[in-house]
Amino acid sequence: MCLAVPGRVLEIEERDATRMAKVDFGGVVKDVCLEYVPDMKVGDYAIVHVGFALQRLDEESAKQTLELFENLGVLEEEFGDAWGKAARDAGAERPAGTGLPPLEGAEKEARS
Amino acid sequence: MKYLDEFSDPVLAKRLFDDIRAVTTRPWSIMEVCGGQTHSIIRHGIDQLLPEEIELIHGPGCPVCVTPLEIIDKALEIASRPDVIFCSFGDMLRVPGSGRDLFKVKSEGADVRVVYSPLDALKIAQENPDRQVVFFGIGFETTAPPNAMTVYQAKKLGIANFSLLVSHVKVPPAIDAIMNSPDCRVQAFLAAGHVCTVMGMGEYPELAERHRVPIVVTGFEPLDILEGIRRAVRQLEAGQHTVENAYPRAVQAEGSPAARAMLSDVFEVTDRAWRGIGMIPQSGWRLSPKYREYDAEYRFSVTGIQTEESTVCRSGEVLQGLIKPHECAAFGKECTPRNPLGATMVSSEGACAAYYLYRRLETPDKEASSVG
Ligand code: SF4
Repeated sequence: MCLAVPGRVLEIEERDATRMAKVDFGGVVKDVCLEYVPDMKVGDYAIVHVGFALQRLDEESAKQTLELFENLGVLEEEFGDAWGKAARDAGAERPAGTGLPPLEGAEKEARS
Repeated sequence: MKYLDEFSDPVLAKRLFDDIRAVTTRPWSIMEVCGGQTHSIIRHGIDQLLPEEIELIHGPGCPVCVTPLEIIDKALEIASRPDVIFCSFGDMLRVPGSGRDLFKVKSEGADVRVVYSPLDALKIAQENPDRQVVFFGIGFETTAPPNAMTVYQAKKLGIANFSLLVSHVKVPPAIDAIMNSPDCRVQAFLAAGHVCTVMGMGEYPELAERHRVPIVVTGFEPLDILEGIRRAVRQLEAGQHTVENAYPRAVQAEGSPAARAMLSDVFEVTDRAWRGIGMIPQSGWRLSPKYREYDAEYRFSVTGIQTEESTVCRSGEVLQGLIKPHECAAFGKECTPRNPLGATMVSSEGACAAYYLYRRLETPDKEASSVG
């Protein structure tokens, strides 16, 4: 949780008087708040921690870090299925109400 | 050299190892403060590739591990209330409180939700005006600014059903506490890079000077860590104790002024207990009086908590670098990721989990031959 993951800004908008962006982390796209690095532009890379850009980063080191984090399993941990992981680690059933949203399952089926 | 081909640039890695070897003339102990660095070190076998004079001591830099038991118990109690939606980062789900964890509470029917960002919790509050939404605000200086901004937003947007259960901690006072311990063996620090991305390096020169200890701001990638070690060893060999930045692509001397301004508006510095370590003066944040109405501890007066810590677990010593995880008698026996006795075995950044995951089960001198 403590590591910040680099991502690329795809688009920027004002929401509730706050500068927000869609940011791509090697395929996973998340909403990110830009208030701490207000001069970010579309196409820039930033170090993002729990949905907040903290610092701009050059493209090459961003890509290298993303690759390393992928190998370390950090991306899975940041963006993956936390309840599923906790259930596996505990050797227990997934608690009720923590299933993946049905839409995603349906989408997957439609694709395959 | 075993493992070397796992580095993103094996040639550069070899050069760094060779350089460290060439300058090392005596034994040195260097603490990497951050749990993310610990995992990178163990996974890539950096500790085993270094000259044997150099010992890496794993530090307390895992926020999940150091969150006090009392706060976990408060979280469990608040999460169990029927009117509450309790939001947390995923890595808190299995941190043991006194006898249960968030995973168990959820299985018993509580509304616990995993979010990616504190802003997601705020959104849940907007969508559920008839429920109380509580976000578990743990973490170091890297996580505190996002949580501070979320509280600021809640106030600005007038979202009254949102609150934060705060247990933020700060790294420099922990470094100070480690150096003040009579058992301390640390001779240099690799400071946590992303903490400095926010806070800058301003707090370190005084610490380096007072304890005569080199502090090198270091990133998480194996090559970054090697560069940090190389600079620390060079200083140690030369008898220096300055602050160096070995992570300039992410860290500027002044850090992030906007984030720091938000921190000092929303939070105030306070004494904080660290799980396994105890009270460290001025080592944490709580909401400042202006934002007290967003403090979950005030909103849900959770009192009369009786904590019950495992009597076996030695994670406090692990977190201070006094023992290595496999020196704990329970390691890999009663205590495994499936059945963790301490947070250091649960958290993906915990030292016990790193040792378990990468099979460092033997005593240090046997390690090199048995790990394949
Ligand atoms: S191995 Fe388990 S019991 Fe021992 S210190 Fe680590 S977490 Fe605690």
